Parts: sequence; C-alpha cells; structure tokens
Amino acid sequence: MAYSDKVVDHYNNPRNVGSFSKDTPGVGTGLVGAPECGDVMKLQIKVNLETGVIEDAKFKTFGCGSAIASSSLATEWLKGKTVDEAAKIKNTDIVNELKLPPVKIHCSVLAEDAIKAALADYKDKHK
Amino acid sequence: MALKFPIFMDAQSTTPADPRVVEAMLPYFTEKFGHPASRNHPFGWEAEGAVDRAREQLAALIGARDPKELVFTSGGTEAINLAIKGVAEMYREKGNHIVTTVIEQRAGLDVCKRLERQGYTVTYVPVRPDGLVDVEEITKAITDKTILISVMFANNEVGTIQDIAAIGRLAKEKGVIFHTDATQAVGKVPVNVEAMGIDLLSCTAHLIYGPKGVGALYVRRKSPRVRIAPMLDGGGHERGMRSGTLPVPLIVGFGKAAEICRAEMEQEGARLAKLRDRLQDRILSNVDEAFLNGHPERRLPHNLNISFAYVEGESVLMGLNKESALSSGSACTSATLEPSYVISALGASAELAHSSIRFSLHRFSTGEEVDYVADKTIEVIKRLRDMSPLYELAKEGVDLKSIHWKAE
Repeated sequence: MAYSDKVVDHYNNPRNVGSFSKDTPGVGTGLVGAPECGDVMKLQIKVNLETGVIEDAKFKTFGCGSAIASSSLATEWLKGKTVDEAAKIKNTDIVNELKLPPVKIHCSVLAEDAIKAALADYKDKHK
Repeated sequence: MALKFPIFMDAQSTTPADPRVVEAMLPYFTEKFGHPASRNHPFGWEAEGAVDRAREQLAALIGARDPKELVFTSGGTEAINLAIKGVAEMYREKGNHIVTTVIEQRAGLDVCKRLERQGYTVTYVPVRPDGLVDVEEITKAITDKTILISVMFANNEVGTIQDIAAIGRLAKEKGVIFHTDATQAVGKVPVNVEAMGIDLLSCTAHLIYGPKGVGALYVRRKSPRVRIAPMLDGGGHERGMRSGTLPVPLIVGFGKAAEICRAEMEQEGARLAKLRDRLQDRILSNVDEAFLNGHPERRLPHNLNISFAYVEGESVLMGLNKESALSSGSACTSATLEPSYVISALGASAELAHSSIRFSLHRFSTGEEVDYVADKTIEVIKRLRDMSPLYELAKEGVDLKSIHWKAE
C-alpha cells in the first residue's frame, strides 16, 4: 500500500523522539499497545507546573510507519496545549491529517490512547 | 558496475523473465499462433510441437518418466487446487482424510479449509522450530481414511526444505497419494519425482524466470496411476484433467525457463548461496538480537529470513522500499496486518513474527546489491530501535514479558 506524503515525512523525520525521566516533576507517561499486536507506543508530556501548559512531548513507537507517524504527530500537537486542551485531541483528527487508510485507523486510536494515558499519569502524579 | 535502483530482493514472490525465455516466446504470439488442438493444419501441428517440447523440458527438470504426466495450468495456485481437490473428489469413496502441514502456502491451506467445510477432515501437522516437518508426525496422523498427504517441498518464507524422499517412502508404504507444492523448489534445488516418490507436484513458471500465468501439475501415471477429477469442464484438453486452450507462448516460455534452470541450477545455486551467506553474515554481525528463521542448512540457496527483535516488519520495509524491494511475511499475506503464520508456526513469539524480513535473491542479483541492502538494513534497524520503546525497556533490563500489556 502507498503511504501518504505526511506519513512518509513523519517516518523519515520523526519529531520529538526520545524519553524523559519518568520521575521528573511535570512528566506524564503513557505506554499503550502490546508487542504481540505489533504496536507499542510510549508517549510522554512535560507540563509546566505553574501554567499547566505542555512544554515538551516525546515518543517512542514500535509499530508500522503509520503508528510512528501518528505518535510523532501527536507530540507535535501536544506541545503548547494545556492539559485540558490536549484531552480534546481525537483519533479522527490524526486520521484526517495523515490521510490514514481504513486498515491503519487503529494506529490513530492507539495514539489517542497514548495521549490519554500520559495525561492520566500526569494527573495521577500531580493531584 | 553501478547499482541500479530499486534493487529487487523479493524473488520468492516472483522473478523477472530471463531474456532468453522472452526471446523463445515471441514468435508464438505472432507468426506461430496456432491452437495446439487444431489437428488438421500446420498451424496446429506447429503449436502442438512447441507444447510437446516444453512438456519434455519441464519433465526433464523434475525427473518425470513421461512428459504426458504434466498438466499445464494457469499457475501454482491452480495446480495446487487441482491436485488437492482433484484427489479429494476422485477418491471420496476410499476416504475423506487429508494430512498436510501448518506452513503450506495460502493456496494449500485454503483448499483444505474449503474441503473441511465439505465434510473432509484435515490434519495440519506442526513443524519443528527450524521449519522441518517431523515425518513421524505425518506417520501418526495417517488413518485408514487418509487419501492424500500434501507437504510443500520448500517453504516460501523461510526456505526450509522438507525431507520429501522420506515422506514419499512413507506415502508409498501406506498406499496414500503424495502431493508436494514445489513452486519454490523447482529449478532452484534438485527435484526428482521418481527418486523422491512424488505422485503429484505443483510448480509455476514465474518463479523460475518464466512468464506469469502458467504453471503445471505433475500427475503420476505409473505405480501408482493417480487419477484426479478435473476442476474445469470443456474440450477435454490435457488428458481431460484441465480443459481450456493452452497458452502456447507462456508454455514455450515455461519450457525454456525449465531448460535453462536444468542447465544452470547447480552453478546458480552455489553462487546465490554464497551471496546469501554474505548478506546474512553482514547483517547478523552488525545487528544484535537478530535471529535467522528456518533451518540453517536445509534451505533454499536464495532465501534469507531474519527476525529483528524490537522493530516491526512493515516499518523496516518502509525504510528500505524506496531503494530495494523486500518482503515481510509473504506477498500473499502482506495485504493483511496479521503477523507471519509461518514464523509463528516455528514457535517464535508473536512479536518476532511481526518483525521478520525475507530477502530473496535471484539470477541477476549481484554482490554490490547484497552489500548495499545489508548496510541499508543495518542502518534502518538501528534507526528504528532508537525510537523503539521495547528496545529501550530491554536495554534497561526490563523483561518485556513482565509488563502487563493492555492489548486492544
């Protein structure tokens, strides 16, 4: 199957690959998917504890090109958003932006799950 | 010699036609266009002679006693369908049980599944981690209702070559018909239906540098005489087993391809095995936690299948596919998102089954291509591992099995 230009771009030049230390204040970590399903995403946010704005985001993904692109795009979108704004990112936004074909929609779902998991972890740690 | 891109290293999905094959075919599209069943004029005689010659060339390649034992089909899939369904229907009175393996290609498995829905029973024998079928397992599976053993000669993904002669002996001893899907083996390694006790053999032209659209089924005529019910009714061509006008140009090409393979197989196999080993050594010595799939010795000379832990196969191919053509799993299953059922059947974890890459070389592969693809693969694996959360966890010493994964 042919990939959209945007998927190829994110695959070739992934944004924000890397990791934060999980215990750094302001960091929330989401780890979703399963190796046997062929997709695992780790997505992290670093929130400014005073403003509640996500200052930085990083990801690492095991999965196909669309999974890598979905998580790379998610980190781009997360930066600069407040925690509440970030919670509004929907998988369909990712599908539309990356022009994912039907068989790859689960990649966007996983990215949304990763965002939610990272936000939940952040909230859990910073009650 | 300068490298020409993209580099084709997916020769177990198909091969380019050899120019000598194309040259042999061309006259049969235009001036020699006769119908081989036209018995009353020179056009027909000429076409019939060409088909007979091709039949002889193919018979010589697989060691068939009589060229008449070959039935031309539209390809490997049809040959496999004709063999298994043809035996099932013809010998229904005798029994309804078929023994096959879990690593057959899709055509073989899907035919068996259809027959199961029609009341046949099928035993799918497992394979060992190296891809070899234990002949003892086949022996145990045979019942007094068994009418057919169907085992592929060499696997399309991992290249493991089965002990076909041993299975042939067993079949003879038990009085069961033996079919082998030899689409990946014919023309690549020695195949001899007489010496190996093969009763039915499926093969295809496009994997031996011939044209797409033509294959053949070998049907033994003597000791035992094997009978199969036809799938297509019509003019009674191919001794009644496969009606339909023969595609003479394709058959001529198939014959020529077989002739070339017979003459060059030994030398070509040795050359490709050397190139394959070079590819394997270069990759395995530069990438940690990369595992060879299949049997280390009993395998096709042009096949290499490696699982790269912590990276997913499709993403590896995406990093390579601008410059080189490889495959993850088989072309037949790559339209789905399932991990390779063959690699899974070898007992690999689902994760490793998701990360298998097949490299397959061919007549026109070069050492420069091998080195280029090896280096590019190493680079892509390193890049993907740098962004793999699994690799990161593993490097931190976390046992991935200890994590409670939330599978969808």
